[in-house]
Amino acid sequence: MFSTYDTFSAPSFWQNGPSPGVIYNFPGSQTGNSHLFQHSQAPVTTATSIVAITFNKGVLIAGDMLGSYGSLARFRNCPRIMKVNDNVILGAGGDYADFQYVKDFIDQKVIDEQCLDDGFIMKPKSLYCWLTRIMYNRRSKFDPFWNNFVVGGLQDGEPFLGTIDKLGTSYEDKTICTGYGAYMATPLLRDAMDKNPNPTEQEARDLVNRCMEVLYYRDARSFPKYQLAVITADGVSIEGPLEVKQNWNLAHMIH
Amino acid sequence: MFRNQYDSDVTVWSPQGRLHQVEYAMEAVKLGSATVSLKNATHAVLIALKRASSELAAYQKKIIPIDNHVGVTISGLTADARILSRYMRQECLNYKYSLDTLMPVSRLISYLGNKMQVCTQRYDRRPYGVGLLVAGYDEQGPHIYQTCPSANYFDCKAMAIGARSQSARTYLEKHLSEFPEASVEETVKHGLRALRDTLANEVELTTKNVSIGLVGKGQQFKILDENETAAYLAMIAGEERRSGYTGPEVPPPSRDEAGDQDPSRDPLPSVAMETE
Amino acid sequence: MASVANPSFPDYSTQAPTQHMFSPYADNGGSVVAIAGDDFVIIGADTRLSAGFSIYTREQNKLFRLSDNTVLGCAGCWCDTLTLTRILKARMQMYEQEHNKTMSTTAAAQMLSTMLYYKRFFPYYISNILVGLDNEGKGCVYSYDPIGHCERASYRAGGSAGALLQPLLDNQIGLKNMQNVTNKTVTLDRALAVVKDVFISAAERDIYTGDKIMIIIITKNGIKEDSFDLRKD
Repeated sequence: MFSTYDTFSAPSFWQNGPSPGVIYNFPGSQTGNSHLFQHSQAPVTTATSIVAITFNKGVLIAGDMLGSYGSLARFRNCPRIMKVNDNVILGAGGDYADFQYVKDFIDQKVIDEQCLDDGFIMKPKSLYCWLTRIMYNRRSKFDPFWNNFVVGGLQDGEPFLGTIDKLGTSYEDKTICTGYGAYMATPLLRDAMDKNPNPTEQEARDLVNRCMEVLYYRDARSFPKYQLAVITADGVSIEGPLEVKQNWNLAHMIH
Repeated sequence: MFRNQYDSDVTVWSPQGRLHQVEYAMEAVKLGSATVSLKNATHAVLIALKRASSELAAYQKKIIPIDNHVGVTISGLTADARILSRYMRQECLNYKYSLDTLMPVSRLISYLGNKMQVCTQRYDRRPYGVGLLVAGYDEQGPHIYQTCPSANYFDCKAMAIGARSQSARTYLEKHLSEFPEASVEETVKHGLRALRDTLANEVELTTKNVSIGLVGKGQQFKILDENETAAYLAMIAGEERRSGYTGPEVPPPSRDEAGDQDPSRDPLPSVAMETE
Repeated sequence: MASVANPSFPDYSTQAPTQHMFSPYADNGGSVVAIAGDDFVIIGADTRLSAGFSIYTREQNKLFRLSDNTVLGCAGCWCDTLTLTRILKARMQMYEQEHNKTMSTTAAAQMLSTMLYYKRFFPYYISNILVGLDNEGKGCVYSYDPIGHCERASYRAGGSAGALLQPLLDNQIGLKNMQNVTNKTVTLDRALAVVKDVFISAAERDIYTGDKIMIIIITKNGIKEDSFDLRKD
């Protein structure tokens, strides 16, 4: 598009601009290559870590409520833990718009299932598997959903916790953290689970709250306001916004 | 050639509000050999009478496995049944692929019903000429469904379709109250007795002409092999046969017990043959 | 973001690194080792699933039972592994329904090769090792490259520590570079001990291998499963 002159033409007078006698295409005017579809986008408004843990009777998922625009703390009331049905909860990190799109899709799926009215209700493993397929299919089109999902719930009475990333990589574990949580909260949770493999709900809550506090102090894209979802046989509750206890007395000593 | 002027096409209504072509297709089910299905509290059983088209031919398969938790037995056009069972297998695989659980039997049947219905409403189609008994097990327990060429399907406690199946239904109705408490063994025996009632007096159930399918709690769908079938046949061998089939064929109760129909409007079983 | 180095506008390109170039692949590590004997075959895989310096989980089984006679071990890009094995399992069921019999190990081995090559231009980034008993009851090991090259061997190591372990197996099982050795066939006990030993070695040097190994032993009597702890750091 630019090298329309050849060796017989006069050398250009200057760089980075229109040459005499040559039609210049201004950047961004899209002429010529508008048929190109830009696939792999980057995340825009993003959410940070999800922290999740299983306990003896269910699953806990926590995530803060910040929507970051790059390094700008842009949106401060972004809930990103959803109740799917009485069996399943879902937490999401990464691009917030992609999450909302997938959320609408899941909500519709749940409504469709309710309309069937056949007494069957989606279980966490089904949603986990379905999300894995969705994410893998999008990555295979080079147009991924830029998210990490964490699925929690009760699979035939047993706690289930699994996660899916933007490639469709998925795994189950008793503790799962995404984003910066993978580096900072996972060691805390694994250590606690080694010492006490089957915590009670209260012990699990204390652990998760502690993780949210640590993450708030160290993750620059985090926020003190967070939600905590609990799923047990009694049902789902999404609590919050909760507040991280802050104490910056030590701050002046850290250089 | 035609019974009347309103059966030229599936899409043609009769003034009485009936679709004659669809009703003729229903008659195809009665041409197939009899097959019985029943369930107890935990298991569903399929029992089928196999036919050989000639001395030189093998006995035709009557029970088709669909997935680990579903199997069907057929009566009518075997070729149509193959298409339907392929569809059901595909749906079960797709469901398992995307959701990692076995497909609920009721959903499978409703998908199948929707597929079959299309053929009763389009001039370029013909209804599937086969009736199915679908036995399945899911988290709501064992299920038995009957499907018809009319694309109706029924959730049944027990059912029999095919030639002379009225005798089997009579047996099943008589013993219906015993099924919920029956053991798996008892259930299979009930099924065999019901099937035996459809036979002419000189014919016997053998390992060659009987096929048994079983699915239930902790039991993936399987077709019993010859030894297992022989064991069950031996259990009912000593019993006196209650009644061989004698009377004329009677249409299945799902239709003649509807009550709101004028009995004279019931399709005559022989009509499908006369149209040839 | 990609417009920073958009080739359509060379005048406006900068030296700044392009951000967020999406890569559809991940290296999730993991190693698989398989050894075949005259009447058995044994396959082991570690249970660590990782990406970079993070361990996703310490308990990820990477052995997939395709039938009572065939097991597949996978290491590499985990999302591809999940997809491939899901399709494989569906294909195994379809075969069973169409042919009224379970697919043999040799047939499964050929099918896997075909399925991998079908994705030749967007491959499954997995190193696969498929084991089972062949039609004569002998143990067999098939190893693959990501685009479907298939080779039958009697022992094989694959995955992140594959290059580390294969020469060790060459020596210990293949008896390469050994002098005055005659014993050619490997016993089950010996194979099991070697599998455990080589994984202990791999866990020492390869950060993507560790935590635990799952071992599957196939004999004519069926499948037996075993596990063995490795170092968890």
